[in-house]
Amino acid sequence: MADKAPLLSVKELKKTYASATGPVEAIGSITFDVHAGELVCIVGPSGCGKTTLLKCLSGLLAPTSGSVRLDGAEVTAPPKKMAVVFQEYGRSLYPWLTVADNVALPLRAQGIGKAERTAAVERAVEEVGLGHAMHKYPWQLSGGMQQRVAIARAVAYQPEVLVMDEPFAAVDAQTRADLEDLVRRVWQDLGVTVLFVTHDIDESVYLGERVLMLTNSPTTIQEDLAIDLPAERDQLSTRALPRFTELRTHVYEQIQRAKRGELVR
Amino acid sequence: MMPAVRRSLVSVGLAVGVPILLVLAWALATQGTQNLYFPTPGKVFDAFTSTWLTGATMTKHVLPSLGRFAIGVVLSIVIGIVAGTAIGATPWLRSLLEPMLEFFRAIPPVALVPVIMLILGIDDSMKLAVIVSGSVWPVLLNTIEGVRAMDPVLTDTSRSYRIRGALAYRYFVLPAASPQIMAGVRLCLSIGLILMVISEMFAASSGLGYQILFFQRQYMIAEMWSGIVLLGIVGVAVAAIFQLVERRVLHWYHGSREVSRG
Ligand SMILES: Nc1ncnc2c1ncn2[C@@H]1O[C@H](COP(=O)(O)OP(=O)(O)O)[C@@H](O)[C@H]1O
Ligand SMILES: [Mg+2]
Repeated sequence: MADKAPLLSVKELKKTYASATGPVEAIGSITFDVHAGELVCIVGPSGCGKTTLLKCLSGLLAPTSGSVRLDGAEVTAPPKKMAVVFQEYGRSLYPWLTVADNVALPLRAQGIGKAERTAAVERAVEEVGLGHAMHKYPWQLSGGMQQRVAIARAVAYQPEVLVMDEPFAAVDAQTRADLEDLVRRVWQDLGVTVLFVTHDIDESVYLGERVLMLTNSPTTIQEDLAIDLPAERDQLSTRALPRFTELRTHVYEQIQRAKRGELVR
Repeated sequence: MMPAVRRSLVSVGLAVGVPILLVLAWALATQGTQNLYFPTPGKVFDAFTSTWLTGATMTKHVLPSLGRFAIGVVLSIVIGIVAGTAIGATPWLRSLLEPMLEFFRAIPPVALVPVIMLILGIDDSMKLAVIVSGSVWPVLLNTIEGVRAMDPVLTDTSRSYRIRGALAYRYFVLPAASPQIMAGVRLCLSIGLILMVISEMFAASSGLGYQILFFQRQYMIAEMWSGIVLLGIVGVAVAAIFQLVERRVLHWYHGSREVSRG
């Protein structure tokens, strides 16, 4: 893997917001590479700049300095190969469109014909288990179902990189477990590269093949850790593995150190 | 009886009963008096059928009036939405124009009638200009505000999925601003109706406003009142049509608000 060119390359990325009360240094300096097909979790405390990082990665926000490259090309606007699932999923669905039309609109923008579009929408909505809600409006659905629609929309778009910003922060525990397994399944079935942001340490270890730990603002990377858990994961047995406990303890300690400002490698 | 059923029966009863009571009160108050200015309901009703429901008045006065009203408000709505979305989506243009637009809106449209007459003369285009000059502002300013207040998460979503151009306009910008736009259209309709009447009171020879003024000058008081009744009926009909359209256009908005109220 290491000798192949990375799919996504972030180099000395820095973001300072200009605000009414003066500049806010959200990201100090972040450098990392992601290879095609990886599932990377980015974990860090609230307010450490995770959303800022994702917005820079996805071309929605221009970095103050440094660069983001996707497939070798500098990202300056939202790239075609990337789909983003936002933290505020309820607000990221068009309330005037049905579930099917929400999923279909990005495909229409790509110029995909009606027949192919309908098939892709059906497949994606079935995939997330919402076949029965195809013609409902988002506001008629529960939070967990809305998040599934957002995921279906991203899946139907067939991105090379799927970026998710704390997608399950606001859903109940059972739904959250289901959605985590859904993400693993989508990743395995579609061979897509996934960047998954969370503030939940357990979630990052359970989901990821690799975990990037962030420090508090101004943010840098505290540690880049490979997760050597078996590929087939299960909410009960995987979380019960001694190795799972070791890894989450390690990540927890690193995050605590980062909060105290010790940069230990 | 279920409370919901009782409530709707009460509201139907009020909607039908109160006007009947008012007409009865009117009949009682005017019975036997010879007051020239307040004819009995019967006289006004007679005047109504003989004046307005004849073919000639319909084609000469009523339909042209309604036609100008329709064209005027449609122009206002189209201009307001097109210009409003353009201004609302362009921050520098918005901050440049907004104070000036507020100023123009604050001018009572009637004050512009003599100016518009000077420029456009006294034909149909003057009347349309009067209607548009007053009724375009609520649509324009509401559209600007609706576009400005679009949810940034939805804007980011549209950007990241590269939904642009006509598709973004039709499926994102317009619906996102539509609750505000519809509030503007409601005002536009009532201002437009007022200005339709006023534009026909200046140097005109036809139209509803002209006729009402004409009857007043001829001391045909029952006829004058019947014209005012007709205007009321037109106003109620316009409001009812608006209500129907609004329910369709904003069904998602009312639905989602009902859900969030629980
Ligand atoms: N538009 C903005 N203007 C100014 N400061 C901002 C803006 N967006 C975020 N910030 C600040 O940047 C920091 C990181 O925010 P964010 O990326 O949202 O963190 P996270 O997603 O990890 O919770 C926070 O201190 C936040 O207050
Ligand atoms: Mg965030």
